[in-house]
Amino acid sequence: MSWEIVIGLEVHAQLTTSSKIFSGSSTAYGANANTQASAIDLALPGVLPVLNKRVLDLAIMLGLAIDGEIASESIFSRKNYFYPDSPKGYQISQYDKPIISKGQLKFVNDGEEKIINITRAHLEEDAGKSLHGEFEHSTAIDLNRSGTPLLEIVSEPELRSAQDAVLYLKELHCLVRTLGICDGNMQEGSFRCDANVSVRKAEDPELGTRTEVKNLNSFRFVERAINYEAARQIEVIEEGGTIRQETRLYDPEKNETRTMRSKEDAHDYRYFPDPDLLPITITAEHIARIAKDLPETPWNKRLRYLKDYGVSSEDSEILANSPETSVYFEACMKKSTLSPKLVANWIIGELSALVNKSSLTISKSPIVPERLVSVLKRIEDKTISGKTAKHLLGLMWDSSSSADQIIADKGLDQVSDNELLEKVISQTLANFPSQVEEYKAGKLKILGFLVGHVMKQTKGKANPAMVKAIMEKNLRQSI
Amino acid sequence: MNLPNSVTKIIQGLEDGTFSSQELTEAYLNRIDNLDPEINSFITVCHERALLDAKNADKSRSNGSASKLTGVPYANKDIFCTKGVRTTSGSKMLDTFISPYDATIVERLGSQGMVMLGKTNMDEFAMGSSNETSFYGQVNNPWNTNCVPGGSSGGSAAAVSAGFTPLATGSDTGGSIRQPAAFCGISGLKPTYGRVSRYGMIAFASSLDQAGPMGRSVEDLAHLLSPMAGYDPKDSTSSMDKIEDYSGNLEDALKGKTIGLPKEYFSTSLDRQVEGVIEEAIKEFEKLGANVVEISLPTTSLSIPAYYVISSAECSSNLSRYDGVRYGHRCELPIDIEDLYKRTRSEGFGEEVKRRLLTGTYVLSSGYYDAYYRKAQQIRRLIKNDFTNAFTQVDAVISPTAPTTAFEAGTHLDNPVEMYLGDCFTVASNLAGLPALSIPAGFVGGMPVGLQLIGNYFQESKLLSLGHMFQKSTGWHQHFSRDDLKGAQ
Amino acid sequence: MPITEKEVREIAQLARISIAVKDICSYEDQLNKILAFVDEMKAVETEGITPLAYPLEETQKLRNDKVSEKNQRESYQSVAPTTENGLYLVPQVIE
Repeated sequence: MSWEIVIGLEVHAQLTTSSKIFSGSSTAYGANANTQASAIDLALPGVLPVLNKRVLDLAIMLGLAIDGEIASESIFSRKNYFYPDSPKGYQISQYDKPIISKGQLKFVNDGEEKIINITRAHLEEDAGKSLHGEFEHSTAIDLNRSGTPLLEIVSEPELRSAQDAVLYLKELHCLVRTLGICDGNMQEGSFRCDANVSVRKAEDPELGTRTEVKNLNSFRFVERAINYEAARQIEVIEEGGTIRQETRLYDPEKNETRTMRSKEDAHDYRYFPDPDLLPITITAEHIARIAKDLPETPWNKRLRYLKDYGVSSEDSEILANSPETSVYFEACMKKSTLSPKLVANWIIGELSALVNKSSLTISKSPIVPERLVSVLKRIEDKTISGKTAKHLLGLMWDSSSSADQIIADKGLDQVSDNELLEKVISQTLANFPSQVEEYKAGKLKILGFLVGHVMKQTKGKANPAMVKAIMEKNLRQSI
Repeated sequence: MNLPNSVTKIIQGLEDGTFSSQELTEAYLNRIDNLDPEINSFITVCHERALLDAKNADKSRSNGSASKLTGVPYANKDIFCTKGVRTTSGSKMLDTFISPYDATIVERLGSQGMVMLGKTNMDEFAMGSSNETSFYGQVNNPWNTNCVPGGSSGGSAAAVSAGFTPLATGSDTGGSIRQPAAFCGISGLKPTYGRVSRYGMIAFASSLDQAGPMGRSVEDLAHLLSPMAGYDPKDSTSSMDKIEDYSGNLEDALKGKTIGLPKEYFSTSLDRQVEGVIEEAIKEFEKLGANVVEISLPTTSLSIPAYYVISSAECSSNLSRYDGVRYGHRCELPIDIEDLYKRTRSEGFGEEVKRRLLTGTYVLSSGYYDAYYRKAQQIRRLIKNDFTNAFTQVDAVISPTAPTTAFEAGTHLDNPVEMYLGDCFTVASNLAGLPALSIPAGFVGGMPVGLQLIGNYFQESKLLSLGHMFQKSTGWHQHFSRDDLKGAQ
Repeated sequence: MPITEKEVREIAQLARISIAVKDICSYEDQLNKILAFVDEMKAVETEGITPLAYPLEETQKLRNDKVSEKNQRESYQSVAPTTENGLYLVPQVIE
């Protein structure tokens, strides 16, 4: 009797606007409590909402990127419920006629392409923050976040494993960041996920009762919470119990979910069209305008990298998934005729290592694409070895000099590769047996001749000190 | 001083220097102090602020920077947020609320240099037709203090009628400007929905509420409407439709105008004598050259139920913000959040408000939404269509404003439905969003009767001119409720 | 359709209003009168009629994405019942 897990995900993505969805307050993170809460955000008597036009553009961008239907007429509705961080006693959201419906998101799990249908994406306002434990016996309310624009993206319950759920989320996370509609900062709460989880017997066509799991602030939590909840539900059913439709909170410390007390009574949200906001119309021209400048999706970019550059699928993922990295990579490719694999390796490897160590981001790296390209050119033309190039990059991080300048100054073009030198040296020694005999006989000055020959062979690039040392070692060994 | 009996005369007097704004303001304030205890039309009188504003107005006038309305006193219904001044909406819930901001109309009237005398009494959260539900006590009709002034803008209507202020702002959701205007023998206009900004007007039913002017005559209304009207970017439901010169367009002959008389309006609930007054008024319009025809508004009988469903639903949501957290009343020592909400709201709201909140919550609740709320919105569409149809034939629709004259206080409180039926002529124009005017048309038993004219969308000018020409001819608006006003110039 | 006492309690809970036990009957009675009155709407056939939610035949005007509000916390909190360190306080909510 095998069980199937059924998962649907609801993601709340905070949109990248300067001001809130219905008021002119700032959306900047980290301000002092209630300093970014205007009369409208505080729900003072008599205030009214006015829509921020940018949120429409951002929602349309997502709609286009997921091949969704963009509503030509869309309305806002009130979702009525009481909670101290919801100052109006209702949230302005969308119920009937959401702005986006029927989209799709593709992702790959272990080489297998999966397509998940997105039921809808709608606009709504965020609530404020409730701080428990700051004051004894009280909950403190900060309404700075109240009114921040959210796009709620709802998937069909088509995911069948926690792993798939995480991959779907990562793809969506990457997409919203690439489009620039959401910064995806999960620690700051800009990208939040709730999971609807149910289980059923593998052959059962009916869906089981689902629970909603909240407080999933990282991909890891999502995976663990889903697995825990599915296991919990299976256990309950196997022991003869039934699943109660409820909202549960994930506790990362205990790795378990528990009933949320505040959501115990069934909510009747009494949705109705918000009379303070008129219907939104979106014209074909508006959509075309957005489509013209729409960034390439990570999915399409990965495919393009595979096709046009021939990089490995693993590498294409790393390069394409980060908007900044892909910009960097393409800049390098545009400015040179280098091998894409070489460029990819060095961006993913050495450059990233340097960037990570510095706590900057790749777009702020002092080694701009031109400079990396100049280094890689010297590898390709064999002026320097890979090992030297690594060293060179490290030097270039802290210097504004060009690659060639540093190579010249530090003599980096000298061959210091032991293996290479050994080869040339033993070749030379083999070619000049009489000189070797002379050295062994005590004519030490003949070393200079032999070293000189190695220098000639390496076109003067060999590191003379190393040549001398290795030659001496070899000569001693052969005595 | 003898108070002028029209705004035009006030403007004249200020311009001529016959009196100053300070003198005028002081005179009104004295009158309020002496006589309002009997009427109770004001919740807050702003003595200091008014005199200061009057002083500044006089200064503007003397240095030539005054506009037409500078120094003209007026009163604001306590539903409009006024910065630094208590704004209660007639409720205990907001008894301590000093608004940190001005409603748009308050800002606009203030920028004209008008002098706000104070905040007038009203039914709690604008829910009522008699001004008996106010936390600050009932308002008494200046014509007969045993009677109600009407509501919810009962305080504004009584204040104008009793000569406490030449002008007042009101709000109208189902007749709250027009019916008190009718009961108190003054004029009142509910503009087209979206004509006047709702920003800062404490919300009752958002798709029905409109702010409007109240005054003795239509001419007075036109003076106040002009600065109030016009698009406000802070109110998404305000219209960009062009404003007209309301004062300049009042003189317009009735010849060639057609007025429609809905046959459904003349039913059994209409008092026979009131009907008689209206019939006389109709004859007057005909004498002035208008053509009066019978029309049909078939959905009339369903306008009140539809109105009550929609307005309760919207208000149940609009009043959810009163929770004791950020402003307003808060219960003592709440033990948990549920207790905070329930006790704050139960203590802060009066009975009528609670009834409407419960009704509204019910009609929106799962299982009932389609049968009630959705159904009411469909009826609303039919009502709008009725009028659209009518306006292809007529310039305005005429009716009594209310089925009776002002009733005795305390007589309608037991049966809420009986009170609601009094709105039978007024609610349809709120549902359709049409402008509607109430003007005095006569008397029954010494109490004023109001007649209502409903116009097509954004045709305030036409409506006001119809009313103005009637007033010029009949003079009903020049009857005074108080003997001591009869001497007014 | 008539409203029951249980329903009166339920909607009172949804509306966060407490009704004293002695008043429930009276509310039930009054609400039933109102609902009976409102039930008259059933008299007219409205199949196929589009509900009218917005009296104005206009669409939403849009605002530019610009920060236009400054910090007025002191002014807004001068009317607040209970605050501390700029935060609004309510009795502890347990999640």
